Amino acid sequence: MARAVTNQRKMINTAAAWTVGLLIFFPILWTILTSFKSEAQAIADPPIFLFFDWTTENYSTVMERSNYGRFLWNSIFIAGGSTILGIIIAVPAAWSMAFVPSKRTKDILLWMLSTKMLPAVGVLYPIYLLFIQFGLLDNVYGLTFVLMLINLPIIVWMLYTYFREIPGEILEAARMDGATLKSEILYVLTPMAIPGIASTLLLNFILAWNEAFWTLNLTAAKAAPLTAFIASYSSPEGLFYAKLSAASTMAIAPILILGWFSQKQLVRGLTFGAVK
Amino acid sequence: MATKASRSAARVMMAPAVVLLLGWMLVPLIMTLWFSFRTYLPLRGGDQGWTGFDNYVRFVTSSSFWPAISTTLILLIGVLAITIILGVLLAILLDQPMWGQGVVRILVIAPFFVMPTVSALVWKNIFMDPTNGLLAHLWRFFGAESVSWLSDVPMLSLIMIVSWQWLPFATLILLTAIQSLDGEQMEAAEMDGASVLSRFFYIALPHLSRAITIVILIQTIFLLAIFAEIFVTTGGAFGTRTLSYLIFQRVLESQNVGLGSAGGVYAIILANIVAIFLMRIVGKNLD
Repeated sequence: MARAVTNQRKMINTAAAWTVGLLIFFPILWTILTSFKSEAQAIADPPIFLFFDWTTENYSTVMERSNYGRFLWNSIFIAGGSTILGIIIAVPAAWSMAFVPSKRTKDILLWMLSTKMLPAVGVLYPIYLLFIQFGLLDNVYGLTFVLMLINLPIIVWMLYTYFREIPGEILEAARMDGATLKSEILYVLTPMAIPGIASTLLLNFILAWNEAFWTLNLTAAKAAPLTAFIASYSSPEGLFYAKLSAASTMAIAPILILGWFSQKQLVRGLTFGAVK
Repeated sequence: MATKASRSAARVMMAPAVVLLLGWMLVPLIMTLWFSFRTYLPLRGGDQGWTGFDNYVRFVTSSSFWPAISTTLILLIGVLAITIILGVLLAILLDQPMWGQGVVRILVIAPFFVMPTVSALVWKNIFMDPTNGLLAHLWRFFGAESVSWLSDVPMLSLIMIVSWQWLPFATLILLTAIQSLDGEQMEAAEMDGASVLSRFFYIALPHLSRAITIVILIQTIFLLAIFAEIFVTTGGAFGTRTLSYLIFQRVLESQNVGLGSAGGVYAIILANIVAIFLMRIVGKNLD
């Protein structure tokens, strides 16, 4: 924009935006701060903002007491496994729809999207029953499979929109130069597709990490990921604010960091390419 | 350019995804439909046979049905109103020239990445607890009586929590849409003496209408299925039982699978009505 902006106006914008931004971020900031307080200081009235005795004791208590490591591993396994499995299944599908479109491609894409809209609670009991039948209840593999299925439509869609941006002329040029199908895929398409695949991987890892319907309903002690672990803090442990904060901070920190890298993909992934 | 061979190769490449999603859709759906026509109480006698539309009638005539519908609608409309209105304002603000734009954007988007159980629990205990919560401290500081948020004003509290989670999503999408707004058009309007308000209502808002529609539809689908936030905060007590939560309770807590499945079929129909509108918009974009 060529419009000249006075410094004064820019200053007002900055002040307003920062105020709102910090207000929205405050609950997260407060949780992180509280995780470094002692329990007494965590509930002090008036609240202490920064000048308390910083301690990492809560973190070690949570780690020791609750077998945190296993919940963390379950989260990583389920989110990572379901995303990678989903990508392996989705890449060929998105690929063929983007490069060899047929009359039905659009219908198939929209139908895939429609499966995402199926309310989970409507099919809760059948899945629950099937899980019991196949011995998958409270089992990380079963949960990984379900999360892969619920995110598969988003993965296919995201990959499809990315693949469609790869210009077809490049492929033709490669073919003219005598590239075989194998080398075409390996040396021309794959390098161009990697950024899109990486973005898809990132966003779907986040979505699977935070999924809190199936993870709460299909797991107990053994396969529970962090979402279910935190829910178990509800009470009475939840009244120990400092420990609750430490557990919460550990559960959200990795995703907050990944999330910051995936802002752009978020829009594309969650609007199915309708807003870019 | 697609040959016959490449067409059949394409079909093979698509097959795994299509077959898996088809199974994921049809198998549970057929089972839910089947159960919904039966008296099925796993802990009290199991499957007791066919009952026709009994479950469907009983689900809508039970005393918890209409309260659940109104709770669902209040939550939905409350959250949509807050996230869209604040989202539009915030998106416009973030689009202005300023220092540290990137950092502010990160701050605003952050809540979206917090897992639902964490945000529900942090809000419930650290902020809304009537004795030690931060809001109670704040209220007392101003000399007011502290509020038992989740039992006295449960719907307001729930709307606050869920809005905090979804405001980033609305803001981010609306911001993306605003950034595609033609700056010269705005400038021309400004030179012609259009006020800030008329520029907002006649240029920015119409430009955003498509994005707003998309935000409404996508959020509606997610909000109709809200679960963890209620599970952690009130467990459906104090009138916070939405339609999905009611179905969850029927199916898993009271183990009345027939009744719950009939409710599930209603929920599926409801979600599909919203989905049809969303798919139209998305589908148009594909051409």
